Amino acid sequence: MDLLDPFFLEALVNGILLGGVFALPALGLNLVFGVVDVVWLCYAELVMVGMYAAWFLYTQAGWPLWAAFAVCLPLVSLLGLLLHLLVVKPLLNQPPINQVLATGGVLFVLQGAATLAFRTDFRSLGVDMPPMEVGDVFVSGTKLAAFCAALLGAAVLWAFLKFTYVGVAIRAIARDREVMPLMGVDPQRIYLIASAVGGALAGLAACLLVVQLDVHPFVGLSFGPITFMICVMGGLGNMLGGFLAAFLMGLIISVGGFWGNTEYSYVIAFLFFILTIFARPRGLFAR
Amino acid sequence: MSAAMKQSAGATLELSNIHAGYGDFQALFGVSLRVEPGEAVGVVGPNGAGKTTLLRVISGLLRPRAGTLRFGGQDLLQVPAHALPALGIAHVPENRRLFPHLTVEENLKVGAFSKASRAHFEQRRDHVYSLFPRMQQRRHQLAGTMSGGEQQMCAIGRALMSGPKILLLDEPSAGLAPLVVQQVFALVKRIREEGLTVLIVEQNVAQVLRVVDRAYVLETGRVAAEGRAAELAADPAIRRSYLGGH
Repeated sequence: MDLLDPFFLEALVNGILLGGVFALPALGLNLVFGVVDVVWLCYAELVMVGMYAAWFLYTQAGWPLWAAFAVCLPLVSLLGLLLHLLVVKPLLNQPPINQVLATGGVLFVLQGAATLAFRTDFRSLGVDMPPMEVGDVFVSGTKLAAFCAALLGAAVLWAFLKFTYVGVAIRAIARDREVMPLMGVDPQRIYLIASAVGGALAGLAACLLVVQLDVHPFVGLSFGPITFMICVMGGLGNMLGGFLAAFLMGLIISVGGFWGNTEYSYVIAFLFFILTIFARPRGLFAR
Repeated sequence: MSAAMKQSAGATLELSNIHAGYGDFQALFGVSLRVEPGEAVGVVGPNGAGKTTLLRVISGLLRPRAGTLRFGGQDLLQVPAHALPALGIAHVPENRRLFPHLTVEENLKVGAFSKASRAHFEQRRDHVYSLFPRMQQRRHQLAGTMSGGEQQMCAIGRALMSGPKILLLDEPSAGLAPLVVQQVFALVKRIREEGLTVLIVEQNVAQVLRVVDRAYVLETGRVAAEGRAAELAADPAIRRSYLGGH
């Protein structure tokens, strides 16, 4: 096989672009899990709500795309905040299974609400940017733009966690929550901030996905399970691990589809995931 | 820096008849204790006497079942734990509890989290670095990769970042080599010479009695004895129990 085969190169490029889109929800899920110690099982459904919001504002209300996106992001952030206040916070001292069941319940509520509001039709934004040709390889302009925005989002998150007081406290609380009040940190406030940031990442992911995928009430299924696999592969709560695993998963799916076909690429991805869990149960990048 | 530390004058820490515990287990039975501004006070006693519990009550990590707790006249039981650093109470917990995956400087930054501390971050950090030049050399090193003694310095430095009036130290010598223990106590001495009030819990009775003005002996959750450090060090019963019986 020729590694310089343009179709293979295209699969590689698409894998990296796909990884960039997986990276955002993986970062958001890991952030919330690391800080609050609760898995938001309905994370992909928060993204779905954001996708509907962007679709509705752009195609139905006739807003410009940038305005629709500018509302979508804070809206999903607010949703993350509400999810924490209404569902997670009352269950913080409960066994983890109760928290998982509750956020899993929210998953079905959101799917049901979307079905009631918008039926099960596939809704498309209908925007596309012209493809770009780099050498022999064609790259979708939309995917490239989404990838760049995802990287930018990840970079902003990194700077927030690295340089701000709240960001450093978020990284600290993920390791030792009991000692935080001695630092003058109210853990409840940090939980709220992490939930809002986790929601904002879901909102950004919604903006980047809605230009690539049609929206329907069950669209979360097309990237939610992959997101959870990525988080577990990178080590739950390990932000950098999740970020790298997102690209690995994107490459496996894209290159797997090049060698086999698209359905098999997911089989390969799941197989790789299962092998990872056997070989490195605490995540590929666990120390 | 001295400006930030000289605010220490004026606040008395006062515990009266404190009862506290965990679930069915009661650790403290009516403990009363007083630390005057500028004083260094020790709490000594065997393992399980309730020394750590006492500090946890003062810094709000554990709410007592009964008793009063005041600092500078203010009722601390009405204040949430995370607001206490802003009132001037800093607690270096047992086992240091540094954030091992953060750098030295990031640990100091967490210590300066409260709104009032942020404006003083650079000034206090530089002061901490002048107290512990080693910390400056290691400012970008992950805290968890340092030696036990360096970690203890970092933990004390982190506590100083909130500009405290009173510093609570829980077993600062635990797990350290004898030479390092000497360094830590020399530091405690230097910190209190800057005017900081210090309450220090220790099993290393001989060492701590050389640094503090007064001490309390805690046994099974009750104050068994109290007095000036020199008097306690000379007391035959104390010598027998804690100082190797000579």
